Amino acid sequence: MKIGVPKELYPGERRVAITPEAAEQIIKLGYEVCIESGAGAAADISDEAYKKAGVKIVKDAKSIWEQSDIVMKVRAPSKEEADLLPKGKNLISFIWPAQSEALMKQFEKNGVTVMAMDSVPRISRAQKLDALSSMANIAGYRAVVEAAQHFGRFFTGQITAAGKIPPAKVLVIGAGVAGLAAIGAAKSMGAIVRAFDTRPEVKEQIESMDAEFLMLDFKEEGSGTGGYAKVMSKEFIEAEMALFAQQAKEVDIIITTALIPGKPAPKLITSDMVKSMKPGSVIVDLAAEQGGNCELTEKDKAVNKHNVTIIGYSDLPSRMANQSSQLYATNLRHFLTDLTPAKDGNINVNMEDEVIRGATVVKDGKITWPPPPPTISVAPQAKAEAASSVVVERKPAIPPAVKQLISLAIAGAALFWVGANAPAAFMSHFTVFVLACFVGYQVIWNVTPALHTPLMSVTNAISGIIVIGALVQISAPGFLITVLAGLGILLASINIAGGFLVTRRMLEMFRK
Amino acid sequence: MSQSLVTMSYIVATILFILSLSGLSNQETARRGNYFGILGMAIAIIATVMSGAVTSYAILGAALAVGGSVGLYAAKKVEMTQMPELVAIMHSLVGLAAMLVGYANFMDTSSHFTGAEKTIHEVEIYLGILIGAVTFSGSVIAFGKLSEKISGKPVLLPARHWLNLGLLILVIFIGKWFLSAAETGGGFFPLLLMTTLALAFGVHMVMAIGGADMPVVVSMLNSYSGWAASATGFMLNNDLLIVTGALVGSSGAILSYIMCRAMNRHFLSVIAGGFGTASGADAAVVEGEVQAISAEETAQLLLSSKNIMIIPGYGMAVAQAQHTVNEITKFLRDKGKKVGFGIHPVAGRMPGHMNVLLAEAKVPYDIVYEMDEINEDWDDVDVSIVIGANDIVNPSALDDPNSPIAGMPVLECWKGDTTIVMKRSMASGYAGVGNPLFVKENTRMLFGDANKMLQEVLKAVKS
Repeated sequence: MKIGVPKELYPGERRVAITPEAAEQIIKLGYEVCIESGAGAAADISDEAYKKAGVKIVKDAKSIWEQSDIVMKVRAPSKEEADLLPKGKNLISFIWPAQSEALMKQFEKNGVTVMAMDSVPRISRAQKLDALSSMANIAGYRAVVEAAQHFGRFFTGQITAAGKIPPAKVLVIGAGVAGLAAIGAAKSMGAIVRAFDTRPEVKEQIESMDAEFLMLDFKEEGSGTGGYAKVMSKEFIEAEMALFAQQAKEVDIIITTALIPGKPAPKLITSDMVKSMKPGSVIVDLAAEQGGNCELTEKDKAVNKHNVTIIGYSDLPSRMANQSSQLYATNLRHFLTDLTPAKDGNINVNMEDEVIRGATVVKDGKITWPPPPPTISVAPQAKAEAASSVVVERKPAIPPAVKQLISLAIAGAALFWVGANAPAAFMSHFTVFVLACFVGYQVIWNVTPALHTPLMSVTNAISGIIVIGALVQISAPGFLITVLAGLGILLASINIAGGFLVTRRMLEMFRK
Repeated sequence: MSQSLVTMSYIVATILFILSLSGLSNQETARRGNYFGILGMAIAIIATVMSGAVTSYAILGAALAVGGSVGLYAAKKVEMTQMPELVAIMHSLVGLAAMLVGYANFMDTSSHFTGAEKTIHEVEIYLGILIGAVTFSGSVIAFGKLSEKISGKPVLLPARHWLNLGLLILVIFIGKWFLSAAETGGGFFPLLLMTTLALAFGVHMVMAIGGADMPVVVSMLNSYSGWAASATGFMLNNDLLIVTGALVGSSGAILSYIMCRAMNRHFLSVIAGGFGTASGADAAVVEGEVQAISAEETAQLLLSSKNIMIIPGYGMAVAQAQHTVNEITKFLRDKGKKVGFGIHPVAGRMPGHMNVLLAEAKVPYDIVYEMDEINEDWDDVDVSIVIGANDIVNPSALDDPNSPIAGMPVLECWKGDTTIVMKRSMASGYAGVGNPLFVKENTRMLFGDANKMLQEVLKAVKS
């Protein structure tokens, strides 16, 4: 099948849906790939690079839309673009079906199949094609870079000849993928980072990145479905706001990433808080697209209010177009791998597959969004619990103390029997035997485990001592005895010679 | 040579043997220890030959020369991956020699014992041959299993415990018969019958043991070969044999104990054979999807990490990948990365097998760690590479009480940042246990022949 990638038309969009590296892999899946000339230019990828990877360059977008079996894009298509896609063909891109009702209707009317990269279910199997996470990661990183650009001081603390410089204090609100990326970036620039999230389970993740988790003295679980946060109670929000108000006075930079799916972004930073911040502080609002977490945020602009710079860019991933394109193209490549189980260059939109089902929002002109809720397998857990209770019930038939006593008694009785019946000559040998066992016990426990194999081969050689037994027999009268003893000597000497030599060989190899 | 001088030589030989074993307590003194052992053996043999009891020097010389050269040849030729087989076949030789000496002693009518001493002497002969025969046939089967001439799967006969018990009772019964027959100078037939049964018992015992339990079996047979030598010593009234046999016997017994503890299995249940005979409920089924990784990506990951831990298993020996592993290790160490090896006590097919393989590939022994040395430090590890191992890195040993390997201490590599598991394909390990490690979020699977894939990784890290 033919895959086509047109140039992104949305103003300011620099990303491209495919990179030469990803294209090579996709061609290996059996597809033919073509791209609109100059589509990668804004992401610093030349037509030449694509050509080298085996991608066909096409002059105009129209023929791409009309001749491809699968069109891959970054942004959702415009109304005009959507009409270019012929009936029965496929489109893979970001769609945001909840927000773009008109577009969905158009797809339905045109009878196409559309897979939305933003609707890929967030399950662990689908992580490799989770474009939202890839983009959020970049946005989080870029947010720190943008903040640094507008912040008039170092991030890291320094003690110089000219005096001491305190490190910048950064507050990250919402520790999702973007938040964690921001924490990592700010931390590696040397700032003191604090983070807040309504979901208590992210505490560990925040602390693993060496940031401080701000605790709220309030009991309420904030985890919603699919790893997102949910709307909190009024009391909780009040406590939260008090915390932010106090933090705003202390920190230099605030990065907010709080989003609740399908709802406008919660207003967390009021204009009073902005006023209370130190002059020169910076707020980066990653929720600007959904209205912003800060009351004063203006979408797609960096504004200065009350001496605080408030950045509301909604195109942060596009500002790192090359990196974003690479990750997005890799996500698409993984998605195509899932769609092409036979590796024969034909897609199979298998609605039984949970990941493909979730991503497919329109199938052959029928709206299939929203998908049925994900099936979460609770069964194994319940089974494990039942099983562990079974284990508890099982008890040993004989308590261990009694067991020890029994074996002691048996050993004692055996020794008594031997002592009562054996002649004196035997007893002297027996003494030697028992003492030798104890010497062996002491010596062997000191052997380092690394040398257990040489230990076995050397004991092998030493147990060749049985040759002595054969030696004293060999001169006894009787031909058969001589033969048996001779054979015994032969076998034992194989052991002696072989054992010692192979031990030597091994020990020679142990070098520092 | 006077009898006292011979005895004195034996005492010196005994001391040298003990020094030889205690020399193995660390790598520095081990080589010297081996020379002590050779010296002790030479003194013992020369003293015995000079003692006056020996006159047939021609046969003796010939047997020593032939046996010695066969032994030297075998020791020179053997590959380090074949060490378990060599050790097993050498156990069988000791067992066979003990049998032969026992028979020779039985037929030797020149010694005269009376009363209780005679009975004890005959019991000693009987026991010596019994242990020798079990060691012999058991080791031959172990050799066959290790060299894959016989399938590694446990062969479980129906009612095998009763079969073993029946054999034991039968052997005791035949022993009584033998003793009463020996009173009148006979007893050859019951002795032969017992030998046959003992041989069968040895075969049956080792056949029932699975491949992953092989380290226990090898060390147990090591122990048996010692006890066989000891029994021969009792039979011949020779303290040197008794002491040496006891040293070897306790050595093998301790090794078996260490191996059993490393698998959290009871010694008897290993010997009784088979896996999972005691587990009531089913182990939880492993669910999830594995994430594959390519050789190039592995190389990238290795180059970007600081602290790398390699966990080798039997699969590394099979693929002969240890040399490639060493080259990668050397390269990464030259780049200033910390590379270590984590060795589980039962990795491989005999105790210490992995250490020898790594030493052969010239991996310095001071970066090879025991499980107990490193199991606390996984948090600091950036990448761990599991090469051809499964059960020894199975988290269900710790958290699933119904797993057949529950309670076995394992290398907790999943606590590190990333684990790369090298595996031929998606099949369960030797113990037939699914491994939840494979589907962990921070685990990546590198499929393919270990040696081939590692060579690709090596090429990728160098370019």
